[in-house]
Amino acid sequence: MPIRQKVVAFLIAISIFFVILELVRRRKLREEYSWLWLLTGALLVTLTIWYDLLVRITDLIGAVAPTSTLFFFALIFLILVCVQFSMRISALTNQVKDLAQEVTILKAKVDVQGKGTEG
Amino acid sequence: MHSDTLIIIPAYNEEKTILKVITSIKEQYPDMDVAVINDGSSDNTARLAREAGAMVLSHPFNMGYGVSLQTGYKYAVRNHYSFLVQIDADGQHDPGGIGTLLALVKNGTAHIALGSRFLGPGEYQPSIYRLTGIKVFRLLLRLLSGEKISDVTTGFQAMDRKVMNVFVRDFFPCDYPDADVIMLLSKLKFTIKEAPVRMYSSPSGKSMHRSPVRAFYYTFKMVLSMILTKLRKYSLPNRDDSSKKVEG
Repeated sequence: MPIRQKVVAFLIAISIFFVILELVRRRKLREEYSWLWLLTGALLVTLTIWYDLLVRITDLIGAVAPTSTLFFFALIFLILVCVQFSMRISALTNQVKDLAQEVTILKAKVDVQGKGTEG
Repeated sequence: MHSDTLIIIPAYNEEKTILKVITSIKEQYPDMDVAVINDGSSDNTARLAREAGAMVLSHPFNMGYGVSLQTGYKYAVRNHYSFLVQIDADGQHDPGGIGTLLALVKNGTAHIALGSRFLGPGEYQPSIYRLTGIKVFRLLLRLLSGEKISDVTTGFQAMDRKVMNVFVRDFFPCDYPDADVIMLLSKLKFTIKEAPVRMYSSPSGKSMHRSPVRAFYYTFKMVLSMILTKLRKYSLPNRDDSSKKVEG
């Protein structure tokens, strides 16, 4: 791996890592969601420094070029993130539904009580 | 003190028919409480329902038919109703059937009574697609649960408190609850009975399954939901106590 490529890859990986860390620090990203991203950031940094590891993984999974290994894992990562989001959205939809139903029933109760005190 | 029976009517933009439905119910069953679940309607549904003397529960935004039903169940359970009837707001269901369905539940023959358009004398003529769908689900329900139900997509039902207590829980399928609900109840060993009711073709011309995309989605979702219901394990912690109480 040419040194220029290595430097660029390292800079990108390290900035991704710090952006995520900063987002968590500022509470823009909750800790529970950040672990997957932080793990990815750390992995990217490791791979750029330790290119041999990437080559070994490539051999291990039977891929031809190290780039395809990267793309392969990138794809798996994105799928996992999507699944995690779907799970969260499902949970949130349910919570919103429950809250809305609660508001509906409470509002009806308040309206009835309001009428009772007026009359 | 309120009545022991609540009639719930989920309604979304039904200003043309809601008044007639409520008036007709009030005439025939003056001693029962009526609650309209207004699912974020943008028309006069809520005002008309209130004028007709119904209790109106208004969702802050539109959430769909199944969620509206569940809001009704939750309201009924909170307010200690013993029996509940659900009927559509579009005038498709003849309120005359309420008595028939309730009788089955009140005399203990069934936990839930389903109004069937096929056993009844009605003028209801489903389209060929809908009829095929109903037949497929009927067969699937029979294969998966052993229940012989002629009208698996009916929204006209009466139930007792035990069934309501199941429907207020998280596993009530809020997205088009139909045959999968019958399966769920069958799995939980509830007694399900059918009774003939009169149904009309939807007068407002609205149907949940009009567009082909929706019909396809509905079929896909329902088959999936039925299979999943079959595979899942459901636990009802209070079921034994409550059944003892009612039977005793």
